[in-house]
Amino acid sequence: MKSDSNLEKVLTGGHFAFTGELGPPRGTDAKEVIEKAAHLKGMVDAVNITDNQTAVVRMSSWAASLLLIQEGLEPNFQMVCRDRNRLAMQSDILGAYAHGVRNMLCLSGDHQQFGDHPTAQGVFDIDSMQLISMVKTMRDEGKFLSGTEIEGPPKLFIGAAANPFAQPYEWRVHRLAKKINAGVDFIQTQCIYNMERFREWIKQANDMGLTEKVYILAGVTPMKSLGMARYMKAKVPGMDVPDEIIKRLQGVDKKEVAQEGIKIACEQIEEFKEMKGVAGVHLMAIEWEHKVPEIAEKAGVLPRPTI
Amino acid sequence: MIVAKRKPLEELKNQLKDYKKVLNVGCGTCVAVCLAGGEKEVAVLNAELDMARKMDNNPIEIDAVTLERQCDREYLAELDAIAKNYEAILSMACGVGVQFLAERFPEIPVFPAVDTSGLAVNQDVGWYEERCRSCESCVLGQTGGICPVTMCAKGLYNGPCGGTNQGSCEIHMDQPCAWYMIYERLEKQGRLDCIHEFIPAQDWKNQVPRTLVQPGYKKVEETEAS
Repeated sequence: MKSDSNLEKVLTGGHFAFTGELGPPRGTDAKEVIEKAAHLKGMVDAVNITDNQTAVVRMSSWAASLLLIQEGLEPNFQMVCRDRNRLAMQSDILGAYAHGVRNMLCLSGDHQQFGDHPTAQGVFDIDSMQLISMVKTMRDEGKFLSGTEIEGPPKLFIGAAANPFAQPYEWRVHRLAKKINAGVDFIQTQCIYNMERFREWIKQANDMGLTEKVYILAGVTPMKSLGMARYMKAKVPGMDVPDEIIKRLQGVDKKEVAQEGIKIACEQIEEFKEMKGVAGVHLMAIEWEHKVPEIAEKAGVLPRPTI
Repeated sequence: MIVAKRKPLEELKNQLKDYKKVLNVGCGTCVAVCLAGGEKEVAVLNAELDMARKMDNNPIEIDAVTLERQCDREYLAELDAIAKNYEAILSMACGVGVQFLAERFPEIPVFPAVDTSGLAVNQDVGWYEERCRSCESCVLGQTGGICPVTMCAKGLYNGPCGGTNQGSCEIHMDQPCAWYMIYERLEKQGRLDCIHEFIPAQDWKNQVPRTLVQPGYKKVEETEAS
């Protein structure tokens, strides 16, 4: 075991992992985090805590991670390269680990231009690939990026993202290989809607032997409405929503759209359970945490293993 | 070359509102080529300021001179005899020229007339695109001659990120994704192996004011001391 993470135990134990996500509030109310967390408790193996997602200021991801630990859940602490330089990143890693954080997701971060402070200076001192490598060095060699020694290295389970739908397609699997070489332990993918494209990508990863070196969790986000599906298709960079998904949501009664969205997600999860190279699912029920128990139940991923 | 854009008239008027006798100094090199601060732009700006101040009942006496370069002592020396005749100097050079001018005449307030925006190529008359951030650690040999520091909005060394959007950057459909272009060019050259290698964290060299002394040369004071 590289860490003391529950997620790592679930994956190394050969169980099909199921992770969730929680976006911290745009304010100081801890109750908001605690209430969202209550819906996820017992439903998922770990909960991603987003880091100023879409470049909008929110309660810091490490602070919200601590609230989750207090509630008895395991956070997956997300860190983006946009807002911190290497000093701040490493000190936050030490602090988060000292408080019980055991998983970390290394991301570039959405460009600041998307957020509520579009003219902020983006830091990008290091990129997500270099962040993976830095955390691995901290954990395995007990050294900071500078090479100096760490007293009590942070034993973290290291995650990163992958987007099989961004072009050039041929490069995506090679970038995955680069992340593996940099030291990543698990991958959570971009939300998957184009199953055909995803099947191709995972086949390439299987053929290159990559899925034996890293745990891949397939990203699933249920569509709450037709508007959401159209927005994701048209406005979110790197998102691939095929017309069939839109048509399927259009084909049901307005009141049934959300249920159809959940149905699609559950069908996907069923396929992922059987798909070679997929080690679990990362469910991003965006501002829909209260639906997670229903989705987990319908997807047949309960009860979660306790190890 | 270095490119710059003239500041809005209102801002320039505000900078100069307390001065009645001003020298506007153009620069005949980069900013002249990019149509921001050469001889012609000095004349245009002076005419605008002259008229605006008359309308404000606060007339200004503003003279014009354009030097070959403001980043070279040799040319700045041309102003030594006349600078003291002015209450303030306006410089239409890039930020480098403005500072060198201010350094030469420390007793006279010097104001910038342009905003310097970077190192750019000339795509067409009046159209310039940034290409270099002068990071002092050039990786263009590995990246197919496309700079990831300048051309990627996140300055990624191991791109593209997940936001690459059908060849465009996530910040705008009109902005090409640098890493998409890098991939395409290297693929055509059969050199994709260049980006299979992980590029480690940079040792940033542009975090302090830099001095460059070419091999075989010395700083003046060192030469004098020896």
